Amino acid sequence: MDFGPFLLLALMEGTVMAAVLALTAVGLSLVFGVMRVVNVAHGEFFMLGAVIAWFVTHYMPGPPAVGFAAALVICPLLVGGVAALSDTLILKRLNYDPEATIVATIGLSYIFQQAALTFYGPDARPVEAPFDLRIQLPWFGYSGYKIAVVVAAIVILLAVWLLMTRTRAGLIMRATQLDRTTARAFGINVDRVYAAVFALGAGLAAVAAVLIVPIQQAHYLMGHDPLLLSFIVVIIGGLGSLRGTLLAALVIGLSDGVISVFFSPTLAKILATLLVAMVLVFRPQGLFGVKQ
Amino acid sequence: MTRLIGMTPSRRGLLKGMAATASALALPGFVQAQSSAPIKLGFQLHRTGIGAAYGRWYERTTQAALKVVNDQGGINGRPVEVIFEDDGTDPKRGAEVVEKLASQAGCDAIFGPLFSHVVIGSAPRAGELKVPYLVCSEGYHVASGMLNRWTMQPGITDVRAQVSSMAPWVANNLGKKVTMVFPDYAFGHDHRDYFTAAIQAQGGEVIKHIAIPPTETSFTRYLPQIPKETEVLYHVMVGPAVLTFVKELGEFYGTGARPEIFGFIDSLEAVDTASPGLEFLEGTHFWEGNCRVKQADASENEAFYRMAVGVDDNGASVSDAKDISTYAHMFSCWETLFILKAGMEAAGYQGVADRQKLVEAIEAMTTMPESAAHPQGDKVFNAKMHQVFGHQNISKVEGGKLVRVYRTSIEETMYENDTDYTAMSF
Repeated sequence: MDFGPFLLLALMEGTVMAAVLALTAVGLSLVFGVMRVVNVAHGEFFMLGAVIAWFVTHYMPGPPAVGFAAALVICPLLVGGVAALSDTLILKRLNYDPEATIVATIGLSYIFQQAALTFYGPDARPVEAPFDLRIQLPWFGYSGYKIAVVVAAIVILLAVWLLMTRTRAGLIMRATQLDRTTARAFGINVDRVYAAVFALGAGLAAVAAVLIVPIQQAHYLMGHDPLLLSFIVVIIGGLGSLRGTLLAALVIGLSDGVISVFFSPTLAKILATLLVAMVLVFRPQGLFGVKQ
Repeated sequence: MTRLIGMTPSRRGLLKGMAATASALALPGFVQAQSSAPIKLGFQLHRTGIGAAYGRWYERTTQAALKVVNDQGGINGRPVEVIFEDDGTDPKRGAEVVEKLASQAGCDAIFGPLFSHVVIGSAPRAGELKVPYLVCSEGYHVASGMLNRWTMQPGITDVRAQVSSMAPWVANNLGKKVTMVFPDYAFGHDHRDYFTAAIQAQGGEVIKHIAIPPTETSFTRYLPQIPKETEVLYHVMVGPAVLTFVKELGEFYGTGARPEIFGFIDSLEAVDTASPGLEFLEGTHFWEGNCRVKQADASENEAFYRMAVGVDDNGASVSDAKDISTYAHMFSCWETLFILKAGMEAAGYQGVADRQKLVEAIEAMTTMPESAAHPQGDKVFNAKMHQVFGHQNISKVEGGKLVRVYRTSIEETMYENDTDYTAMSF
């Protein structure tokens, strides 16, 4: 393949990856930013989203698009509900102690993974895309659905941004992020804010999974990669900084696309991890993080 | 309270009772082992992990074969029991499963693992525990001589034999400039090494090797590496993402020009060839160990096997048309169980002390005619390599179904090497 089309394909693949990664990582970043909880179970919330999407589309009558639309609504709600429950039942009782919450979320991740294995089974199952469109370029064909994923991700991220900056709920979340004690003094129910933020973070991971599941398939072990990549993105961007997370997702997604296509996907992962190490050494708060 | 104390047995009485019970239990127990205690076989199963689709069907096939064996009167007149143990398709866990089946469950022999990295990780433990270990793995690791006297592959032809017999047909019918896409671990490396050599022997060449990690979930990014001058794209993929791989291949070529495509059905095991997005496979070719779709000339034995396992004429479960089997590979479990039966009967197998005799009895096997025990076809066993050789099939996708266009002879699959397990000590 010539260089031009080669680069185009690399960039397209990178953009799809960046879009999904941004959604997943923003969820992780939000949870850390507001709650100071390192959520190791984030990848499993992603997996749960995909698995529930399979159930919804499988049992929903009518054309695939209807089932898929239902999954887009039901999955984040259900996964968010599970997350809110985990927060009230477990994390709250640990007083959000940083070490304890890491161990607790590791435990949660095992519970979710094994639950999926028990109730969903070990198979990778496909979810049909809501529409079947193939874009035929002169050099190669490309899935029209993948482009729809990018658009959907941008819309959702925009909605999250509006929520955080333009609504009262966002204001409360930002206030809690800035200073939990003062927020409480002003009558904010911090417990409820935490549960809502944890649910929102998990819900974003679930939405990302619903978008990706017609491309990949729902499988009980699929949470690993999103978790690792989200952490990479969030560390580079600066824990808690949404702007940094978005930018880092774009950098990691695109560079992964380009390096994977021109060299090898393994090299792309090596370089991303190296970048994390460099950021941790020279700018531990991340590119856009604020020094504590 | 006093009544309770009064009922407490004396120490002497207790000892007497225990001795009596022990002797009463021990005597018939001893007789039992000689005559009708069940033969226990361990099955190392990929129930979870990346091999789960195979595991599901390997278990069903083995259960079906077990029923046939027991209906025929078991082995040496004794009933047979198979203990399934999940290894998570994980090499480390695999070695532990071998240990558990051999030492804790006291299995007479172990069989069934498929994924080559698991087999390579588990076989040394079987050798140390001196338990017959019959793998259904296809990998060249058995015949290459890297394993041990206790590890054998009598139920399925290995990758080296498969690809060597495919190369002439590919070179003569599809093209000589080949690009290979394969999983980047032992099994894929066998494909890479031996197909490359075999196509060279036909005057062709592999112009590009594209290795993909077996846990990869996204493939489009690898596809631009396929050179434009490729005449034949050779693909073999495993794991939970096989459907994604084939779909993305279809998206990549779209309606534009594409090379001829020759795949190993591994890329589509447990996947419906009529899935949306796979229309481009029409007219492409696949290797199949055993034909998924019932062929017009299917033998009586093939039909019996298909029915016994519960597979319909399209290769799906009779109870769920969407549950596609791993038909090209799973016959190996069936045939391996019948080989264990034949071997145990030839060896006059009594118990774990006769494990070595069992290995020697299997090593004494040469030809295996097609029968209900060998529904995939007749085979030739090479005792020195611990490897069986059998017919291979090439099928073409016609109307969304796999139709066989060529069946190799056994001779076409054979190769020489200097492995001699029979010269190794036990």
